[in-house]
Order: sequence, then structure tokens, then C-alpha cells
Amino acid sequence: MFSDYSWAELGSIFAMQGFAGLSLFSVYLLMALGLAIIFGQMGVINMAHGEFMILGAYVTYLCSNMVQQYLPFLFGGYFFVAIVLAFIVTAALGALVEWLLIRHLYKRPLDTLLATWGLSLILQQLYRTIFGAREVGVDLPSWMLGSISANDMIDIPINGLVVMSITLLIALGVYLLMFRSGFGRQTRAVVQNRVMAGAVGINTEKVDRLTFSLGCGIAGIAGSAFTMVGSTGPTAGQLYIVDTFLVVVFGGAASLLGTVASAFTISQAQSTLEFFLSGSMAKVLTLVTVVVILMLRPQGLFASKVRR
Amino acid sequence: MKNRTNRLPDRRRRTLLSQLIGASFGITALLGSSLHAADVNTTGLAVTDDTVTVGILHSVTGTMAISETGSVQAEKLAIEQINAMGGVLGRKIVYEQEDGASDWPTFAEKAKKLLVNDKVAAVFGCWTSASRKAVLPVFEQYNGMLYYPTFYEGLEQSPNVIYTGQEATQQILSGIDWVAETKGAKSFFLLGSDYIWPRTSNKIARKHIEKLGLKVVGEEYYPLGHTQFNSVINKIKLKKPDVIYAIVVGGSNVAFYKQLKAAGIDMTKEKPLLLTISVTEDEILGIGGDNINGAYAAMKYFQSLDNENNKEFVAAFKEMWGDDIVIGDVTQAAYLGPWLWKAAVEKAGSFDIDKVRAASPGIELTSAPEGYVRIHENHHLWSKTRIGLAKPDGQYELMYETSELMEPDPFPKGYQ
Amino acid sequence: MNFANTVSWRHMLSMACLLLLLAIVLPITLDAFRLNLVGKYLTYAFVAIGLVLCWGMGGILSLGQGVFFGLGGYCMAMFLKLESSTPEATAIQSTPGIPDFMDWNQITELPALWIPFQSLTLTLIAIIAVPVLFAFLIGVAMFKRRVSGVYFAIITQAIAAILTILIVGQQGYTGGVNGITDLRTFMGWDIRSDGAKTVLYFVTIAFLCLVVFMAQFISRSKLGRLLVAVRDQEDRVRFSGYEVANIKIFIFCVAAAFSAIGGALFTLQVGFMSPTLVGIVPSIEMVIYCAVGGRLSILGAIYGTLLVNWAKTSLSESFPELWLFGLGALFIAVVMIFPKGLAGVANSLADRFRKPRLDVASSPDMPTPVDDSNASSTPLTSTTHQSATRHSRPGSAVHGAAGAAGDIGA
Repeated sequence: MFSDYSWAELGSIFAMQGFAGLSLFSVYLLMALGLAIIFGQMGVINMAHGEFMILGAYVTYLCSNMVQQYLPFLFGGYFFVAIVLAFIVTAALGALVEWLLIRHLYKRPLDTLLATWGLSLILQQLYRTIFGAREVGVDLPSWMLGSISANDMIDIPINGLVVMSITLLIALGVYLLMFRSGFGRQTRAVVQNRVMAGAVGINTEKVDRLTFSLGCGIAGIAGSAFTMVGSTGPTAGQLYIVDTFLVVVFGGAASLLGTVASAFTISQAQSTLEFFLSGSMAKVLTLVTVVVILMLRPQGLFASKVRR
Repeated sequence: MKNRTNRLPDRRRRTLLSQLIGASFGITALLGSSLHAADVNTTGLAVTDDTVTVGILHSVTGTMAISETGSVQAEKLAIEQINAMGGVLGRKIVYEQEDGASDWPTFAEKAKKLLVNDKVAAVFGCWTSASRKAVLPVFEQYNGMLYYPTFYEGLEQSPNVIYTGQEATQQILSGIDWVAETKGAKSFFLLGSDYIWPRTSNKIARKHIEKLGLKVVGEEYYPLGHTQFNSVINKIKLKKPDVIYAIVVGGSNVAFYKQLKAAGIDMTKEKPLLLTISVTEDEILGIGGDNINGAYAAMKYFQSLDNENNKEFVAAFKEMWGDDIVIGDVTQAAYLGPWLWKAAVEKAGSFDIDKVRAASPGIELTSAPEGYVRIHENHHLWSKTRIGLAKPDGQYELMYETSELMEPDPFPKGYQ
Repeated sequence: MNFANTVSWRHMLSMACLLLLLAIVLPITLDAFRLNLVGKYLTYAFVAIGLVLCWGMGGILSLGQGVFFGLGGYCMAMFLKLESSTPEATAIQSTPGIPDFMDWNQITELPALWIPFQSLTLTLIAIIAVPVLFAFLIGVAMFKRRVSGVYFAIITQAIAAILTILIVGQQGYTGGVNGITDLRTFMGWDIRSDGAKTVLYFVTIAFLCLVVFMAQFISRSKLGRLLVAVRDQEDRVRFSGYEVANIKIFIFCVAAAFSAIGGALFTLQVGFMSPTLVGIVPSIEMVIYCAVGGRLSILGAIYGTLLVNWAKTSLSESFPELWLFGLGALFIAVVMIFPKGLAGVANSLADRFRKPRLDVASSPDMPTPVDDSNASSTPLTSTTHQSATRHSRPGSAVHGAAGAAGDIGA
């Protein structure tokens, strides 16, 4: 299979495949981080996670249109404003949803699945009514479009690099927030023992709301970033939901480090398999492997140390 | 909500287009209006002395709504224009719209509802092959008439369907001939979404490429909705084909072209050039003109076609649906449906399905935005195939069109 | 187990009401088209009943029931497709006598996988055996490893995704995204005519009664009580010496078998089978039918299925571009306002007229299934157990004991 190619070509290919795996990794991680917080920390099954992502993408779309129309000279940098706005808007919607729906359902985790499924249908239809059924194209500043060529074979996509850096920043931010801040300590306390946390004076309701809206906000950032690599349409969110849940569960739901490890494993496996097999079969094989490993090791890669 | 078309009677002016067609059919329409419902409708269809009911069956929710919305809009426009010039056999067209919800069993259910409950005289609808396959037995059992707008894989010829889009050979063969002749392409990389249309089309493409003595260096399929194409892009870089022959559909398109561009494959250079049969102006809206600039598409219609019919059509379409709207190949084919049906009904002098079917072969439309089309005995359309070059503004620039109409050949010998 | 006591007059009555509705009222009032639609909806009710047993009673939420529905349906479709692909009917193909989609995919002889489906007997066996075997394998792999709750739900969801991609990807063998279409006859009998659809409707009702009876039998048996106990306090059942995994595997297989019957009947009524029925969306919708019905009530599941599908059809016919708002709102309303579903509403209405007579299967005061992972430590969940204990009647001894133990444990 490799005999047709020269060593230089093979080297370039492995480098490129490695990079393809890394960009897939950052996509998976970005999708999964928000869910890891909502599902992993709070136990809420948010089937509308994909729709929150698409909301972020639509915010980016609106932002790019506004800037092009009113402040064209700022277009080169609008993307960073869009990311912040996407975070704020989705986090606000998240807080609203938590207040209206989720907080009534903490004792019934499986019911959150049904309610958020209904929510996802409503959001999809809402996007369709507001933005039309067609996909929208998000214009990107030209500096984000091209690639850096190392030689004639290796081209590093700039948008891939941007997605990667956003992912790293968010991952770092989540780590600092969850493990190095007062809010994180409170969240973890509530996760471990809600009643005790309440008893020592933590406002558990507030922590819940903030945690949920944080998870949604990160989904919004992910959606914003995905306008660079994927499509923005009313139903695009559904494409991500299964993969996202699998990444979180495979990593061990309550462990953020597990989510990182699992996103890495799944993305590398898939991108390697894709090179040798057809796209469909690579996907099937990856999913089957993940399911089989989960059957053998139901707690995921990194078991939670919390005694439940 | 029963959508009635005469909601906006005053906003809609007669366009030059409708006048043109009106002139050719005006006489028959006048004759028709004197006929009683019982005479023009012997099989109990929903035809009164003033109205005739037809069905529109597309997905307006679910994943396929992205693609099918344009078809719904085109069909409504055609119906409105026909009504504005007096209707069909003197009867206004009323439509009953149903949502296929991107779900094939739902399509079958709604098709049956339209035929059995609403007794519609014709149905304009379906988009994917799967939805057509799902409704086909229903149309054959209850003897309905379906006008199907999408370019598709062929291998089908139902007495109950008029295929207003191109079948695979019409779309594929001249496209490949063109890149081989004018661009000197020698090697092809075939890529598609994993279902019947891309697979059958690539099968035909491969046979044709091999017949021309050229080489296929790779063939890949990805699940519908797949969004990560970096691995296949690497394979393309490794194989260095002259032509990337892409039949990716739906949301995957957006991901594919964005990633292709980001990976440094510049389609404005001659090698590798990209030839697609699945990206219409509708898809470019989501992809972004910058990302697909320089790709070639082989299909029968582009919004930018420079002829009087098309200018009228585009203007009318924008007037009805807004200035930002774009029109793709399938949208135009969907627009032909009601006009072809009207012509067949008036030729037959009856709404009866059997008579309309018998009248259909040979029906020609000189007013079609794509130019001239004619219905073949096999219920497909004779049409030209055109090659367009994608521009950054999201439109195609016409590079080439076949000099003759291509004969539809749904069961091509030597390509199966 | 006291059989005479468990089949109370109340259940006889509600069963009779349902039969009256399905077998007499609907056929008289609806035309052939609508009746066929109801028949199609009822095939989903088989899945919902399976979910009542496995989710409502056993606390095992499967988001992949479409897999079993689909497997049953595909088995039936393969048989019908072979029957309609006679060499005469397929003379236009390069290889006559094989299904059309195989010919399109350059397959020149019938794949070995399809050969058993030339026989009706083998097909009927396969309709049940294939899904049950698959459920058994999943069940053994998961329940023996004590995978439960949300994890099980997500893994079954992934399995549904895998099977869909596989079916779509292997189109030469499965018909791909189109599914297996254009099925005409069953043993020479034209299944497309209105008369045949009506017959099939009554066949569906007959099977539905059978399944309802089996489900009620299970839910009233000792096994049913064990199931509820497993749902509420799995460890305590295990410590009492029961093999919890086997109970779960059994009920999961039963639910799979029910779904498969529904799938096979679906194929007969609708005339084709498609991968859109295997995937995640239909699987979740089927869970919603069960939830709307009240998740613990077997008959409620049937009403829930009918209600949601009726809402879906009539909303989408009236508001083709906006109906999803209504459907989404319905799901949210069911969870937020009527967590006990139609059965809960019916019971509270009934209780207004007379003193409550509660029982295990349809008690409005039953705690909703609790995620096992946090059931044992959080005092909040054991509050629900207290209320359950208060209302449970002597008949549900195991359940009551588990609940009481829960209080002590907390």
C-alpha cells in the first residue's frame, strides 16, 4: 500500500494525517467540554447541546453581517468579538432554560433527556423560522482562510490552527475555573454532596444555574468556532450530538481529564482508520470499538474518584 | 392551514414570461374554461368548475429542508403565475402542501393522503431518491402523477413520474468529456456521500473515464452528514489527481469545501481542478463563494444563464421570495413541473391522469428558464448540459454548453 | 403469585375500553387511509410497551429500541422483497431474480445473508430470534458489567447510530438509505389494497392484545415486582440473592422481541422498511410515546403512542412549516406538567370519583425511575421512596420492603 510513494511523500502524509487527527481532536474536545460540564458534573442529559452550538454559529453569522455592513474596517478581528458574544448569548439562554426547565428535573435525570429533546425541536424550528431553512454562509476574514505551506505536500490550515488554539484556551480556562477558583470548588462540592454543600452555606441553586449556563456558553463558543470548518443550518446541531455524548461517556463522565483523553483517542483512531478504510467503515469501526471498550470498562477511561 | 395561492393577487403582476406562455396557451385555456368539471375529470379528482387541487410534497422540516425549500418556492411561483394568466383549463390551481419531514415513511404517508384523501390532480414533490422510492408504489397503486425535480441516478422509469431534473448520464458524460478535452485531464479522484445517487453516478463516471482511456486514482464515500474531510483531502494530495470529482451532498458540502480550501488546495489553479454535480447555487450559499471559487459544476441550469426566459424567471422569483434568494438547478427543474403539467393537461383537454400521461411525451416548453425542454417517451426531459465556473459572489459563470439537447437515458447500456 | 387477584376488574374494564376503541369505534369512524395510519402508529406501540417493561418498571432506559424495531422490520422486508423479485418482475436487470438495489450495486448473486429469507418459516423465526439474540448479546455485555442508567442509554444510542451507518453504507446488501422498498405481496396476497390494509390492521390489534397480555402477565408476576425492586434499589436485590443481571437481560430481550414484532407488522402495513426507523431520532421518539403514556402503564403506552402520532400527523397537516413547535412543546409539557403521563391524568380523574385503589403498575404515586448512580446516597431521592412506601399496598411487598430499607439507609 505504501510502495507507490517516496519516503518524503510518506513523511509528509504522516505529518498531515497527524495534523488531521489533531484538528479532529480539537473539534471533538470543543464539542465535548460543554457537555462534560453539564452531563458529567450535573448529570443533566442535554439533548439540545447541538442546538446551543448552532446558536453560537448563528450569533457569529449575525455578527459577521453586522460588522461587514457597519464597521467593515474591523472585519479582520470581528471573529473574536463574535466568540465572546456567542458565549454570552448561549450562556444567557442556558441560564433561562435552567430556570424554566432543568431545575425542576434534577431529581429525574432521564427526564431531562425528554425535555431537552423537546427543546431541541423547538430551537430547530425557531432557527428555521428566523434564519430560513437554508444554510447560511459565515464570511471569515481572509487571514483565516488560507494555509501555511511548509513544503509542496504539507499545508497547515490556518483555521485548523485557530480552532486548536481556541480549544486549548477553553480547556485551560475550564481547568482553572473548575479546579483553581472558588466557583469551581463550590461546583465540585455540590456535585459530590448537594445537601452537605447547601449546609455549609453554598447557594446550590445559583451554582447549578451558573454551571449549566457555563456549559451552554462553551457550546456557543464551539459553534462559533465550527463556522470555520462546518455548516451552519437549523439541523446541523444534530450531527454532533451522538459523537459528543460518546466522547464524554468514553472519557468517564465526571472527569474532565478523561474527556480530553477520550477526545484524543477517538479522533486519532478515526482519522487513522479513515486513511486506510472508507469513511463509512472507519466511522463504524471507531464507534464499535468505543462501545466495546465501554462494555468492558463501563466507567470510561478515567473513573470518577467521587464515591456515589 | 390550507395554503391558497390567491393570497397575493395584487402584488403579483403578469410578467413578460407569463405573457409569453400565455400567448401560446391562451387559446386552449379559453377553450377549457367552457368545459364542465365532469367532462375534464372522469376519475373523481379534486376538480371543480373553478379550481383544481394539486399537492406539494417536500420536506420543510428536518435535515432535507435545507435543499427542498427552493423547490417549494419555485413550485408556488409557477402555480401563482399560471393562476395569474387564467389557470389550467380555466381553473385556478389550489395547492395542498404537506411536509415530508425528511423522513421516508412520512413521505409515503403524506403522498397517500394527497392522493386518497385530497384527490389531487398532480403532485409536485420529493427531493432525495429515498423519498421518491418511498412514494413510488403509492403513486403507482393509486395512479397519481408526480413531478420530480432533482437530478438523480436514473435506473427508473415510472409511468406515474415525470422527471424534470437530469438523470445521471445527462449530467455526467458531457462534463467528463469536457474536462478531458479542454483541460486535458488524465486522472480522476471520485468522492461522494454514501448513498445511491453518488455511488451510481460515480459508477457511470468511472465507466466513462475508463472508456476514454483515462484513470480513476481513488474512490471514497462518507456517511451523510459527515463533517471531517481532512483524511480524504490528504489522500487527494497524495494521489495528485487532475480532477476531483465530488458528489458530496447536504451539510457535508460546507465542511468539505471549507476544509479543502483550508488545506491549501486552490481550485482556481488548473490542477487539481474540481468538478461537481451536486453543488448548486443553493449549496454555495452555505459554503460561501470564497470557499468554492474556481470549482466547475456540470448541470443543466445556472442562475446566471443569459436568456430572456431566465431573466424573467429570476426577476419573478426575487420579487416573490426576496432579493437575497438564489436559484439552483433543482429549483429551476421544480419550476418546470407545474408548467409541464399545465401543458399536458391542456393538450389532453382533461385532468385525468391517464390522459395527461398519454399527452406528456413530446410536450415542449419554449419558455423554460434553462431554454428549451421536451418530454421524452421515457418521461425524462431532453435538456442541455452546461458547465459553470464558480465565482466568489456565489454564482456560476457559464463556460460551456452542449450544442444539442442530451437524450435522457435512464438505463444506459454499457454503464451498468 | 396470585393470578386471580392480579387481573382485577379494573384492568379488564380498561382493556375492554381499548379494544372497543381500536376494534370497533376507529374502524367504523375512519376511512381506509386513516385506519391504515392508526395501524402504523400501533406498530410503534409495541416498542412503547416494551419500554414500559424495561424502562418504566426496570429502570433500564434504552435509546436504541429502533434497532430492534428495524431488525424485525428488515427481516420481514427481506422476505417480501425476495418474493416480489421474481425473475419475471426483474427481467430488465442485468441479473434478473435478485432485488433491484443489488443489481444497481453490481451484485450478481443473492448474498448468503439473504438466503434464509426465502423461507417463510425461517423468516418468522428470524424476526424474533435476530433481535432477541442481539439484545441478549448487548444485555450480557452490559448488565453483567453493571452498566446502567445514563451510560446504558448512551451506549444503546451509539449502537443505533452504528447500525444506521452500517445499513446505509452496505447498500448492496441492505438497500442503503432508500431502504427496502416496493414490497407488494405476502405469500401471494397483495398487501397494498385497502382490504388487505384493513385485515392487517386487525392482525396488528390481535398481536397487540397478545403483547399486552404478556406484558401484564410479566408485570404482575414475581419477576415484575423484582424488576421494580431492581429499579429502586438494585444492590439490595442483589444482596437478597437474586442475579440482577439476568433479570435485566430477560426484560431487555422481551422488550426487543416486542419491538421486533412491531417492526415486522410495520413493514407489512407500510410496504417498505427504511434506515430512518433504525436511527436515534425514532428511538428517542419511541421513548417519548412511552413517557406520554405514563411509562408505567401498559395501556397508557398505547394511548401515548396514538396521541403523539395523531398530534404529529394533524399538526403537520395543518401547519406544515410550524408543527415542530407544537410537538416540542408537547414533550416538554409531558415532562414538566404531567410527569405521570396519560395514565397519571386518568388515575387522578378516576380518583376524584372514588377512593384510590392503587397498585404497582399504574399507581399515580409511584416514584419515577431513579438513576441508580445517585439513588443510594442522596437523601432527596429517598424522600420519594418514603412517599412510595406510604402508598404501596401489601401486594407489592418486595417494592415496599425496598422502599422501607431505603428509609433506613438514608
